[in-house]
Amino acid sequence: MWLAEMSLLFRRVRTRVLIAVVALVPVATAIAVRLSGDGPSPGSGPRFFDQITNNGVFAVLAGLTVTLPVFLPLAVAIVAGDAVAGEANLGTLRYVLSRPVGRTRLLVLKGTTLVLFCFAATFAVAVAGLITGAILFPIGDVTTLSGDVLSLPAGMLRIGLAAVLVALSLLGLAAIGLFFSTLTDAPVGAMAGTVGVAILSGVLNAIPQLSALHPFLLTHYWLSFGDVLRSPVYWNQILLNLLVQGVVVAIFATAAWSRFTTKDVLA
Amino acid sequence: MTELAIQTEGLTKRLGDAAVVDKLDLAVPRGSVYGFLGPNGSGKTTTIRMLLGLIWPSAGSYRVLGEAMPGANARVLPQVGALIEGPAFYPWLSGRQNLKRMDAAGLDGQRKTRRERIDAALTRVGLAAAANKRFRAYSLGMKQRLGLAAALLRPRSLLILDEPTNGMDPQGTREIRNLVRELAGEGSTVFLSSHLLSEVEQVCTHVGIISVGKMVAQGSVEELRGRGEAMLRVETDDASGAAKVLDRLGLEAITVTGEVVSAQLDGQRPEECNRELVLAGVGVRSLTTDRRSLEDAFVALTGEGFDVAR
Repeated sequence: MWLAEMSLLFRRVRTRVLIAVVALVPVATAIAVRLSGDGPSPGSGPRFFDQITNNGVFAVLAGLTVTLPVFLPLAVAIVAGDAVAGEANLGTLRYVLSRPVGRTRLLVLKGTTLVLFCFAATFAVAVAGLITGAILFPIGDVTTLSGDVLSLPAGMLRIGLAAVLVALSLLGLAAIGLFFSTLTDAPVGAMAGTVGVAILSGVLNAIPQLSALHPFLLTHYWLSFGDVLRSPVYWNQILLNLLVQGVVVAIFATAAWSRFTTKDVLA
Repeated sequence: MTELAIQTEGLTKRLGDAAVVDKLDLAVPRGSVYGFLGPNGSGKTTTIRMLLGLIWPSAGSYRVLGEAMPGANARVLPQVGALIEGPAFYPWLSGRQNLKRMDAAGLDGQRKTRRERIDAALTRVGLAAAANKRFRAYSLGMKQRLGLAAALLRPRSLLILDEPTNGMDPQGTREIRNLVRELAGEGSTVFLSSHLLSEVEQVCTHVGIISVGKMVAQGSVEELRGRGEAMLRVETDDASGAAKVLDRLGLEAITVTGEVVSAQLDGQRPEECNRELVLAGVGVRSLTTDRRSLEDAFVALTGEGFDVAR
């Protein structure tokens, strides 16, 4: 059943295009850095960009940094918003439910498939960044933000951890999208709403006067994944991020469940 | 009392203020082909959605295959094949992949026999040749056929088919009719909804007629035909005189249209009416009796015309 759900998602051209598009971002950035010659001078540009020319593996982190604010949330919003509303819009929801598939079960299936998508999209970015970085630049021991040098395997482990953290960062948004998806039969509405939440959170986070609000924002700790590159790993913000995501998931998954299990399916 | 495949008691669904389904008492005997008739917007699909656990009733109770619903959904619904308000599938999957997906959803997988069952269902609805085409490329009639194939993926005790011939050409309509007969012959109960009496009249053993959410008549086809009173129709040059005579004889529902007077015989013998008319000096040009067809009964109960019920 779970396999059927996943093949339904990943067989779809749209899903593949989404993943391909987010994976193109690190490729494009790495190529751009390569073409610009020496690359950004140390300390300038987005985080990790200045390191790419020294060590190709940093293309992974640079790619994650660039895709996390916009591309990844967009992809997650599309898939999450479509999860239930898309089935309602096609009319397949009435057939799946009368098959019967329990409503709680269906929601769990949609939710776990979404989690998988978050990881798939994030790792598509990471892998594409790694491959491009390895082709265009030298690869070697990883210098942390604190100045220590890690062996390549140890550094790769840290970078893998960073990718996992990015995927986990997306779960809060995915849960919000899933909830929106149970509210409407129009997938576009649910997608737009979810994107709106991500944008709103980003905007609020950029207004210094609202600093009291910032720790509670969905996206506030998103870039904390970079802290795995400190030695020792600076866990504070990472854990706060996971806490925020966990709380958001708990709230919106519950809301989605209570909505979906009592809803009249008229579509 | 015969065992019932579907039984509802006071089933009511309110959407907003209006009762879309209003205290409906359905009784669908096992093994019957039950025609659920009503004009567009009379509450047929809403009833079907309740039977399948898609929407919750506002009041009343219902049993499907003898079990109280919606509590027994998980046990009962696998035995129910349904076509609900038109087919719906994933446009980016082929017909076969769509059936696979539908079969794989749900806990009663039966994965081993899946391929055979899918092939059999596709063949049965005449879609084997187009099985690997994407659903997106299907014509309306092909979509409808695929919907039926999904309903036939496994042996069903009950089939609920909502407007199964929608979008089908006359040839397809005939095939569906034969299919329904075949299914009934295999022992399934078939619950068939339609706004077109002609579609179901030939295959149904039982009929329920719904209008504005209320059941207005229900029973076997013979019962409903019989309930249509025999009518007397008199053509005369003295319509008002004829009406007076018929009224005196105790006929009911007398209507005069130009030179034609019609009335319900209500137990009177036509011969007697004719004699009385002639004795009263009314010139009778022609006199006929007519048993109402199911169609007349249907129109009389639901009203005529193209307007949707609400």
